[in-house]
Amino acid sequence: MSLSFSESLLIILIIAVITFALRAAPFVLFSGTGTTPKLITYLGNTLPPAVMGMLIIYCLRNVSILSAPFGLPELIGVVTVAGLHLWRKNNLLSILGGTVIYMVMIQFVFT
Amino acid sequence: MKQAIKAAFPFTVPVLLGYLSIGVAFGLLFENAGYNFIWAFFMSLVVYAGAMQFIAVSFFYGGIGLIQIAVMTLLVNIRHIFYGLSLLDRFSVMGKKKWYMAFALTDETYSLLCSIKAPPDVDEKKFFFSVAFLNQSYWVLGSVIGSLAGSLITFDTTGMDFAMTALFIVIFLDQWKAYSTHIPALLGLGCTVLALLIAGPDSLVIPAMVLIVAALMLTRKQIETKITDIIKKEDKEL
Repeated sequence: MSLSFSESLLIILIIAVITFALRAAPFVLFSGTGTTPKLITYLGNTLPPAVMGMLIIYCLRNVSILSAPFGLPELIGVVTVAGLHLWRKNNLLSILGGTVIYMVMIQFVFT
Repeated sequence: MKQAIKAAFPFTVPVLLGYLSIGVAFGLLFENAGYNFIWAFFMSLVVYAGAMQFIAVSFFYGGIGLIQIAVMTLLVNIRHIFYGLSLLDRFSVMGKKKWYMAFALTDETYSLLCSIKAPPDVDEKKFFFSVAFLNQSYWVLGSVIGSLAGSLITFDTTGMDFAMTALFIVIFLDQWKAYSTHIPALLGLGCTVLALLIAGPDSLVIPAMVLIVAALMLTRKQIETKITDIIKKEDKEL
């Protein structure tokens, strides 16, 4: 553990409180059926895929494509996950397969 | 209650498989960061958000401010605000259980609750509660198993955090297929790359999110012409 007990606990509680607040917000704000502002509905529909795109880049943010190995292990990992997923549509297989290939790449191939 | 749980179980089997496997991966990563199964149990009990818990593992290595953690949580989970909107009526009759139902509204539970009905001889309120409760037990169980396994594993786990990247790629592809327009997905990628170039890797989330929201508002007309046939189904996210 690089953080103290109380720092760790605080992080978990912050995440818990904000997540719950978001999930509970509609039940607090709209007690009946309703009149959600159209902009909110629009963002609600379009944000999920945009945020997933953001999260992928976020995960790869520290990859350097200008110095060896030029992001090749990550590229191979991403292609493996996407390929497996388009082929078999099995979440577990795609995640496991891509992760194992990536681990082999950075531990044995691009060392 | 027993009867409701029995009736709910078959509907939750796909979530059982997904949550056990991804819960195990989370437990392993958390164990690697130095947090044992009690921590994994506690976090899965009080947070209960798959994708967010994966991202959160990186917070425990230090160096990330509490405000950035709060903003990140807000941005990653903002989509949950919209889930409750479609379940207002169905939860409003559930009394105090409503708040547990809201707490437990993950992507999987949301999509299950939107798509299933209680069998005729089962009380719907108890049935819904059972679905939500079973799903969370799978998640908690998975993360504890992963954590315990992680403390026994002796091989080099370098690179295992790629499981998180893989999870997001899988969700991204599922949403790509479910949506009639790919503009939001492409904006998400493009704006974040732009933010990365401008702000650098350590503080990219907030500029990325500002750019994304701005870009979505600018392209609203183009997107809304296609949005009428957006498939509501938000696949297999955690």
